[in-house]
Amino acid sequence: MSAHREHEVVAGFMPLLDSAILVAAREKGIAAAEGIDLTLVRESSWASIRDRMAVGHFQVTHQLAPMPIAANLGLTSLAVKTIVPIALGLGGNAVTVSNDLWARMVDGGAQTDLDARAAGRALRAAIAVRAKCSSEPLKFAVVHPFSGHNYELRYWLAASGIDPDLDVEIVILPPPLMADALVGGTIDGYCVGEPWSTAAATAGVGHIATVKAAIWRSSPEKVLGVAATWAEREPDALAALLRALCRAAQWCGDAANHRELADLLAGPEYIARPAEWMLHGLTGALAIGGSATQRIEDFFVPFAKAATFPWKSHALWFYSQMVRWQQIVHSPDNAAIARETYRPDLYRSALKPLGVALPSANAKVEGALAAPTPVGSAGASLVLGPDGFFDGMLFDPDKLEAYIASQAR
Amino acid sequence: MPERPIPLSILIIDENRLRAAVIEDGLRDAGYANLTVVYDVVGIARRIADIAPDVIVIDLENPNRDMLESMFQLSRAVRRPIAMFVDRSDQASIEAAVDAGVSAYVVDGLKRERVKPVVDMAISRFNAFARMARELEEARSQLESRKLIDRARGILMATRGLSEADAYALLRKTAMNQNRKISEIAESLIMAAGLLAPPEDT
Repeated sequence: MSAHREHEVVAGFMPLLDSAILVAAREKGIAAAEGIDLTLVRESSWASIRDRMAVGHFQVTHQLAPMPIAANLGLTSLAVKTIVPIALGLGGNAVTVSNDLWARMVDGGAQTDLDARAAGRALRAAIAVRAKCSSEPLKFAVVHPFSGHNYELRYWLAASGIDPDLDVEIVILPPPLMADALVGGTIDGYCVGEPWSTAAATAGVGHIATVKAAIWRSSPEKVLGVAATWAEREPDALAALLRALCRAAQWCGDAANHRELADLLAGPEYIARPAEWMLHGLTGALAIGGSATQRIEDFFVPFAKAATFPWKSHALWFYSQMVRWQQIVHSPDNAAIARETYRPDLYRSALKPLGVALPSANAKVEGALAAPTPVGSAGASLVLGPDGFFDGMLFDPDKLEAYIASQAR
Repeated sequence: MPERPIPLSILIIDENRLRAAVIEDGLRDAGYANLTVVYDVVGIARRIADIAPDVIVIDLENPNRDMLESMFQLSRAVRRPIAMFVDRSDQASIEAAVDAGVSAYVVDGLKRERVKPVVDMAISRFNAFARMARELEEARSQLESRKLIDRARGILMATRGLSEADAYALLRKTAMNQNRKISEIAESLIMAAGLLAPPEDT
């Protein structure tokens, strides 16, 4: 593709399974074929990713989906205006608990099918038993206050009759330390992206209780956070990068490539952990603890079901949870900032030449599809869903206020 | 040092004890006496509550920064730390800090001119430490080269019956003729000897 001008792009990423699309774009030469000289820099905290984008070391970054929204709302310091022109897949997280807590949850009826409702009920029972002999609440870790992990854990707890602020304590820990913290008894459970639940389950130190896909199927997780000033200055580079990432997502989603992808991700410059760990998350055949394996539909979806489309309804759901957990006070202006952070317009215009399925709508009612359903699209036909919340609730972005009111404490 | 009513309380968090010492020395020399250094973040919430630091200096790459920042956010204290120069009026300083690998948190409301010398000192000490580490790395690789050359010389002595001095002279001549380092020649000679070694059981 010598006709292309070569664009240099430096992306910061965290060592997680869902860095897969960025890694494949580089390692499979997909970015190069679009004229992008893509450099990937591994980081050790989301704070560092944010800081290095703020000073221009990175033009684009692997980010927790709520982070760019929080940045634009002024909730994090040193953040620059960030846009989300593409998502980096759906799902991929699990809730893992210590063997001790799991044993008590089994007493309370927990099953190994990872059903979110049964696991929540069992956890509630275990908390009630514990309250009789200990005033110390159970401690759960998540990776960041503005993360899908924090919100889905809280959603699951709250819908299971457990108050996330009163009945348990939620702390922040870096993913690679979580399994050790479980062993050390510092925490009783955590919600994290792969391979950090597999790490505990295969080492025999923890048990997966439920997964993101069971709490809210086909739900958003990581996105590409792009410095707005760079996006405005280099629209061609951005469009080429989006095409590369879409193609890379397609490659990652093909089961025939999972083995190769697992080997790539296991490399020392990426996640630097065994390739076998990656395969669990990529195939959805999770090692859940003991010697049990459980197959989860749609555990991590990199491409199918418009998994890279930046739905404004996803942005607004995250915003609703920021309001719910008192990270921000709702106002129409704040909601607008959240909505405008996601840029499906840039996604469509960049990907049009690829002939991939482009959703006609910018937002959808989340949780409305009980079965795979064909929806309006351009380029190719598109099937979405199932996408339900485990408690059967719906999120209609046009009824944001009513949703926020329904969750008010 | 300008006159100050109360000396600044500074907390240094660094898993690298050597670098922590380098930063501590620098700040102490500059007249900051109220310094605390911690190497790991176990029980950090209690330490911060006890010390009530005005400035926290931490390695940018410390994986616990997300935890620390969330702790600051949740802090109910009036004096809660926020990321350095939150007004972004000093972009050059922020860039210098991030380039050097330093991150700093400063309690809200503290005057910038009181904090800037601390951050500037941390930046220069981080840079000095990085330079030192690089030099150490070079020294280490020099040692490695010496070992490689010794081994290559041993191989030449055994396979070609050369004296120690002649073996070294041959290595040096080859390197000069090819305009390469002696250690590179030694390395390829060792590799070649390994590849061409006769099977063990003949």
